[in-house]
Amino acid sequence: MKILLPFLGVMGLVIVAFVGVELLNLQYLFGVIIPYVAFITFMVGVALRVLKWGKSAVPFCIPTTSGQQKSFSWIKHNRFDNPSNNLEVVGRMALEVLLFRSLFSNTASSLKKEEGDLVHGSSKWLWIAGLAFHWSFFILVFRHLRLFIDPIPPMLYLVDSLDGLMQVGVPVLYWTGLIFLISATYLFIRRAVIPQVRYLSLPNDHFPLLLLIVIALTGLVMRYFIKVDIIYVKDLTIGLFKLNPVISHHLGLIFYIHLFMVSVLLIYFPFSKLMHAAGVFLSPTRNMPNNSRRIRHINPWNYPVKVHSYEEYEDDFREKMKGVGIPVEKE
Amino acid sequence: MPDKGKIIYLLVIFIAIAAFPFIYNSLATPVDMKIKLNTPVIDSMKVKQCIVPKEEMRRGHMKILNRWRDEVVRESSRDFGMIDGVMYEKSLQRTCMHCHSNKSEFCDRCHAYASVDIYCWDCHLAPKENKP
Repeated sequence: MKILLPFLGVMGLVIVAFVGVELLNLQYLFGVIIPYVAFITFMVGVALRVLKWGKSAVPFCIPTTSGQQKSFSWIKHNRFDNPSNNLEVVGRMALEVLLFRSLFSNTASSLKKEEGDLVHGSSKWLWIAGLAFHWSFFILVFRHLRLFIDPIPPMLYLVDSLDGLMQVGVPVLYWTGLIFLISATYLFIRRAVIPQVRYLSLPNDHFPLLLLIVIALTGLVMRYFIKVDIIYVKDLTIGLFKLNPVISHHLGLIFYIHLFMVSVLLIYFPFSKLMHAAGVFLSPTRNMPNNSRRIRHINPWNYPVKVHSYEEYEDDFREKMKGVGIPVEKE
Repeated sequence: MPDKGKIIYLLVIFIAIAAFPFIYNSLATPVDMKIKLNTPVIDSMKVKQCIVPKEEMRRGHMKILNRWRDEVVRESSRDFGMIDGVMYEKSLQRTCMHCHSNKSEFCDRCHAYASVDIYCWDCHLAPKENKP
């Protein structure tokens, strides 16, 4: 049920695009209005969500126990696990954002067969697949710039030619497209098959994966099998970016399904756990230097406390204290 | 909180990236993508037609060329077929480029627009064009 529901949802969305474009001829709605709505929802949604996070209280730094804090000169300081200044924090964040360092260790737990002990190890397959998925996704979105801008800067040709380096077939096979589909499929199967992960997975874990798999499939099919006329596609996208959209009736259903699913992804993004893309930068255990012993952190919402010091206490009771023989500091 | 300023910087970067295609397209001059069909051979044709319908050619010419290459090189099958009593050969240089002898105003225009880096001319000789 947890998998069936998002599966039916994604299939339902494909059917919506099919009915809208093929039966009701709503090309303008699916080609122009929905993409614009999606783009605005995405931008405003992400910005508002991040600003809302920005309003919440910043906790004191949280040292990660796996790294030695900077202390005496003869104790080796672990710069990346326990950074002491902002530069080292940038290093830790870069390793986290670009290489998913914390996914590299202690993410799998299993029982040792003989003794029945719980063992924490690493699941390198998850790390590899996650890395392949996100990087190929990034390159693939970057490559789509060739449809978004006109004229095309030489840098894009370089990325294109590196991605299609092997010159397999015509049009050349882009490796990232294939890697993206394979890794997304692996991530989905992992959630569906491994019992512990399956138990933890919710419909909102499966839905974006299935959505992305459909987007990748329609994209690959459109490029390699059912051809769409790329010139008409670019006419539409350039029109969208010039705020002067022109709809062409030469674009096939498969293109509209692809575009509609991308629009759904953009609309879904700010309201879902896909916001981890922005959230990773705000991870409190990752983005603060551990300088709590050197720099005093003052709780920003501390109210002024009325204190009664010992000197004032002594002033109040000096004579009585002397009377019963209690020593006082000021005579 | 000093850290809150950093969030604003990151948001500004995010919005700048998203706005990039809008700004770039409004400032840059678009490439000329109008292809020209007025070569001497095409002008002399009575019925101006390609070997397959135009729309099919626009979408699938690369597949046809790829199939031709395989068939010619591996099976040495060189005949495409008769159209109106004329035999057409499976050949980029002798069939396609015979009529469309203006590579720079035909092939290159769309490919530049769609940013497709074709590798036909890595092996094939590009037709000599009479450059003005």
